[in-house]
Amino acid sequence: MKKSISFVLNGEPVRAEIEPHLTLLHLLRDELELTGTKEGCGMGECGACTVLLDGRPVNSCILPAMEVDGKNVTTIEGLIDAQGNLHPIQKAFIEHGAIQCGFCTPGMVLSAKALLDENPKPTEEEIRNAIAGNLCRCTGYLQIVQAIKAASNQ
Amino acid sequence: MKKFDYLKPRTIDEALSLLNQYGKRAKLVAGGTDVMVMIKQKRISPDVLISLSGITGLDQIQYDGALRIGPMVTHRQIEKSQVIRKEFSALADAVDVLGSIQIRNVATIAGNICNAAPSADTATPLLVLGAQVKIKGLKGERTVSIESFFKGPGETVLEEGELVTELIIPKPLPFTGSAYWKHQRRLALDLPILGVSVLLSLDRNRISCPDILCATSPISTVLHAMEQEGLVCKEVRIGLGVAAPTPMRAIKAEGLLRGKRISDELLQEVAETASNEAQPRDTIRAEAWYRREMIRVLVRRMAMRSIERVIRPEETVFPTRAW
Ligand SMILES: Cc1cc2nc3c(=O)[nH]c(=O)nc-3n(C[C@H](O)[C@H](O)[C@H](O)COP(=O)(O)OP(=O)(O)OC[C@H]3O[C@@H](n4cnc5c(N)ncnc54)[C@H](O)[C@@H]3O)c2cc1C
Ligand code: FES
Ligand code: FES
Repeated sequence: MKKSISFVLNGEPVRAEIEPHLTLLHLLRDELELTGTKEGCGMGECGACTVLLDGRPVNSCILPAMEVDGKNVTTIEGLIDAQGNLHPIQKAFIEHGAIQCGFCTPGMVLSAKALLDENPKPTEEEIRNAIAGNLCRCTGYLQIVQAIKAASNQ
Repeated sequence: MKKFDYLKPRTIDEALSLLNQYGKRAKLVAGGTDVMVMIKQKRISPDVLISLSGITGLDQIQYDGALRIGPMVTHRQIEKSQVIRKEFSALADAVDVLGSIQIRNVATIAGNICNAAPSADTATPLLVLGAQVKIKGLKGERTVSIESFFKGPGETVLEEGELVTELIIPKPLPFTGSAYWKHQRRLALDLPILGVSVLLSLDRNRISCPDILCATSPISTVLHAMEQEGLVCKEVRIGLGVAAPTPMRAIKAEGLLRGKRISDELLQEVAETASNEAQPRDTIRAEAWYRREMIRVLVRRMAMRSIERVIRPEETVFPTRAW
């Protein structure tokens, strides 16, 4: 039996009729066709599926979709502004070569956004701590750390 | 993935009657970080998940002499609590290194102990801090100590249809410090090879030369230099994780130190005794002999860190030395 949930997705109110066993990741990618959010491990380990729930990063692959009822969800698609410009963190990732295959990037950018929203001038250690739940197999992390630092104007 | 229904009761009593109604077909869920992974791995296959997230007021941390932690309090909330960092430091140490921020934002401390993994990071901090677990069922309420809460790997004293409604940690004695060390191979997203917690209450927080604790010399040298201070250990608790089928206290080791003057020799004996009391196993993460060696090393180090936190409390916020 389907159940009804309402939440705010990237600033827009959404109402969805869903099977109650769906994960948020499944809802986003397969029902709402927002494929920016990636599935890596599907078990909470890699952070590729990171989205912001009321501004806080969570792993959407193990979050029951029923839990977002009444909440605010931001995915990578929500970072672009009304004129279609990329978010400063996304620009910094491009400028610093922090993207190779790009699979970790949406999650990485959202973890960075949550960090900078809370702590606009993080130290390198704080940056590394903030992205500890986001695995990247390509870059070796250095460029990512540099990009986040640059996005914070340091 | 297996289909299941998802229910969000509005009150604890409603949750209890649903648990009772569905019995073994239901699984309670707080943050879901254990439950959802177990469902995906097909280790459990409930027909109904009963979530606590629709009940208001369960996500509070209160400090009114005792510390009271609600069942929906996340590890991230604990990590950010300044009271816990200062007064209940071992718990702050544990959540600092538990999972990732994504996990800590949803995973709860109640879920961590109810899941009862031998490696649960918050278990030994709660042991040394003397936590009490408040349990509610249709038949009524009861409170058990955290020591009697764990019965085996994945097993607790919770009976079918019961849930944890609160964790209560008494205010520590004056001049108390505590510390937890997660011995792991990576700095994040790893399960501990060993978890070691120590809590020490001293007879005072002043010594003639507190700067001795900033020395980079070996522990023995520092302790020898401190011996004439005559610091007395009023109370001590030692908690070991992944060292036995359940998180355990090293009771014999504690007995050697309680009421005694702190010295290098005594701390070595205490650590040795704790290591002998443990019953570690060979597992893929480490062999038993290695765990025993490391218990000896880490009990001493966490005792030093506890002393440091009493004498130089400002270091509690940014620990500098692992000892
Ligand atoms: C990627 C990843 C990394 C992890 N890293 C760590 C780590 O470093 N250290 C660590 O210790 N753990 C780790 N875990 C395990 C898990 O995150 C923790 O055990 C967490 O605290 C569980 O809390 P939860 O709220 O998500 O529990 P849930 O999954 O909701 O529940 C866990 C169990 O407790 C029961 N339960 C929950 N709340 C109650 C209650 N109030 N009363 C009675 N029963 C209840 C549930 O029925 C279930 O059996 C990790 C998990 C993942 C997926
Ligand atoms: S896909 Fe969610 S953490 Fe890996
Ligand atoms: S860029 Fe390929 S995984 Fe990070």
